[in-house]
Amino acid sequence: MAMHPLRKQRLAIVVFILLAAAAAAAFLGYALRENINLFYPPADIAAGKAPLDRKIRAGGMVAEGSVQRATDSLKVRFVVTDYSASVPVQYEGILPDLFAEGEGVVVTGQLAADGVFYADDVLAKHDENYMPPEVSDALEKSGKSAPYSGQESTGL
Amino acid sequence: MANWAWFHKWGSPRWFYQFSGRLLPWLAVPGLLLFIGGCVWGLLFVPPDFKQGNSFRIIYVHVPAAAVAMGAYMFMATAAAVHLIWRMKLAAMVMKVVAPIGASLTFLSLVTGAVWGKPTWGTWWVWDARITSVLILFFLYLGIIALHQAFENREAAAKACAVLAIVGAVNIPIIYWSVEWWYSLHQPASIKFIGESTIHPTMLRPLMATLSGMYLLFGWLVLLYTRAEIIDRERNTRWLQDMLLTDRPADSAERGA
Repeated sequence: MAMHPLRKQRLAIVVFILLAAAAAAAFLGYALRENINLFYPPADIAAGKAPLDRKIRAGGMVAEGSVQRATDSLKVRFVVTDYSASVPVQYEGILPDLFAEGEGVVVTGQLAADGVFYADDVLAKHDENYMPPEVSDALEKSGKSAPYSGQESTGL
Repeated sequence: MANWAWFHKWGSPRWFYQFSGRLLPWLAVPGLLLFIGGCVWGLLFVPPDFKQGNSFRIIYVHVPAAAVAMGAYMFMATAAAVHLIWRMKLAAMVMKVVAPIGASLTFLSLVTGAVWGKPTWGTWWVWDARITSVLILFFLYLGIIALHQAFENREAAAKACAVLAIVGAVNIPIIYWSVEWWYSLHQPASIKFIGESTIHPTMLRPLMATLSGMYLLFGWLVLLYTRAEIIDRERNTRWLQDMLLTDRPADSAERGA
């Protein structure tokens, strides 16, 4: 039962190293808490927390019915929302395959003074739900929302 | 201290060498069957995903590689603590052999993640919290390998590596919760310890097979490399020379003696 006093002392040193490392990581995380986020959600942009005319990222869901494509070019406009605020986005280029209304997206570009986000890169953000197409069809038909939807259904 | 006897047994390389030799096939055979079987099952017989189509199938390699890379680190950090506290030779050997295996698994998870990211997200790489913290895990493994080789003295090397391994252990919960704590491109975990997993059971079963297979293969590799390390370190001991000589054909044993 009893532990050798020397080993007990070494155990204390190991616990101390672990606690010190955890504290250092916590301070580092606290100092960098905003910078570690990959993107600004629309709520932060609406609150004026995002800088203008500087390269930043915004992320959220592509609002239903918001995607407007130009007929003669690759220009596209859509609205990114987190359901509390939204940001209009303008982009010209090829969109990722998983880009769709109601899906998550992360856009890189500049926020202009007119409130429009001019994106030069669009990434699709998919959620953690995986199911066969038949299952998703059956769920849609029955009008139920997916049982495989975690708390992160906003994709944020 | 009779109740510590089970523990002190692990301090004997000789006992471990004989015990691990019997264990090897029990890890390698089910490990290979589960991993290869799970891959075939997941790649050929599971329906495609409703959104990602076939590209989701890389999950059957990506998730096991990433999960075991993190599990391996915790195992290595535990061995490091055991070595620091009890000065157990075997723990130092285990710590040393886990680092390259863990580094390989981390590299595999980064590469499969990039290959998966291109068709789904639209990019190979992004500096989000999850991907960056896994890259740090890779550098921690490389750091431990390099630190080990930087010392002439085996004891000093083990001690320095043990401290680095323990300090680096704080990165593991950061990797795990990075997708919850910060906005990231990487999605949260689909396999949940509490509550229902968000991956359909037909897709989850082969994933469980490749995941458990990867753990068994990791255990097999750790035993294999630890045995090699024992042979290297204990080559001048009587028990090892006796054992290795008796394994050889009679004539070479005579010549060797």
